[in-house]
Amino acid sequence: MCTVCGCGDARVEGSGHHHHHDHGHDHGHTHDHTHDHTHDHDHDHPHSHDQHYGHGIAGVHVPGMSQTRIVQIEQDILGRNNADAAANRARLAEAGIFALNLVSSPGSGKTTLLVETVSRLKDHMPVAVIEGDQQTSFDADRIRATGAPAVQVNTGKGCHLDAHMIGHALDRLDPPENAVLFIENVGNLVCPAAFDLGEAHKVVILSVTEGEDKPLKYPDMFAAADLMILSKVDLLPHLTFDVERCLDYARQVNPNIQPLRLSTVSGEGMEDWLAWLAKGRKGALARRQAVLEAKLAALRKDLEAGA
Amino acid sequence: MHEMAMTEGILRILEDQAKAQNYSKVRTVWLELGQLSHADPEAMAFCFDAVMRGTLAEGAKLEIVRTPGEAWCLGCGETVTVAQRYDACPRCGSHRLQVTKGDDMRIMELEVE
Repeated sequence: MCTVCGCGDARVEGSGHHHHHDHGHDHGHTHDHTHDHTHDHDHDHPHSHDQHYGHGIAGVHVPGMSQTRIVQIEQDILGRNNADAAANRARLAEAGIFALNLVSSPGSGKTTLLVETVSRLKDHMPVAVIEGDQQTSFDADRIRATGAPAVQVNTGKGCHLDAHMIGHALDRLDPPENAVLFIENVGNLVCPAAFDLGEAHKVVILSVTEGEDKPLKYPDMFAAADLMILSKVDLLPHLTFDVERCLDYARQVNPNIQPLRLSTVSGEGMEDWLAWLAKGRKGALARRQAVLEAKLAALRKDLEAGA
Repeated sequence: MHEMAMTEGILRILEDQAKAQNYSKVRTVWLELGQLSHADPEAMAFCFDAVMRGTLAEGAKLEIVRTPGEAWCLGCGETVTVAQRYDACPRCGSHRLQVTKGDDMRIMELEVE
């Protein structure tokens, strides 16, 4: 693990090994977070130091003498990731970027779906991709072959992408404004569920060659996702996969999950998927427009006042 | 094994707080892990011992406090207790539940010196 920022073994493609020019940014985060929290804590429990000092084994506090005491800190163990994710989210919103976090088991057809989707979208809107895998840049190479910008993040021994890695990947990729950004997570139905990357939605992909009971076996992921793509549905005639039962299981875990049947081979569901993406992007653009118009209005007011 | 990354998150908090709270050694960590949270307590305990080695929390005890899952049943209009994400409402059998409690993963208290 990197001892400067704790990057782990992860590296963003093209960045060489540890690229510590980015760490200034990272340290800024850590400082802010610590400072804010400490401040809140002190504010909420102004006497916590004094109160707890006397709880040591000796029952008294002697300056300079070590003794045990209890401190209440109330910190979310994912707090740092969540803070990084919030920073990513703000950065993406400012640029009008509609970001999706694609999660699934290995082999569900995420990359094939992405290649097809990017090919269909890239002449109509800006598109960019962040690819997460433990090793190799095969997936990013496949995306780049379509002509869309892509960057590979190798997590090394890591089993998921985290918000810190995505921050670095955004620096490297510099996705165009108003783009649709696809983040293909490491193929894993467990770990990526817990890590917010700053995306607008998690999209879970389940292929019909897998078990229909996966939503119950891996409930955290299906609970975290907003859209569930049932992929490879062209294979259904050859399988015993019960679509309705699978969707019932998914709704059992997440009553609000939106299902979508899709096949890149037959093309079934592709139009619905593209329409869903276009609608999401439109929302991101509308929010950006509102922010820009408010800024413009403030600027106009300022100019008029000065004139 | 995302518990490893989470345990590294715990260590980071312990180190960050050491200066602010004026301690140099951590004896015990009380960790709240909700029943519906993303972490497995046994995996957490395993990773904790490994990650804390050679740090200010070497040999520290990890006390995991499990908090029950709670959900709001849209059908009943009541808060009910659930053990799993896929549980039905124990009152009406519906799955139209919104989890309201029990997915927290927080450090609550530390015993330090």
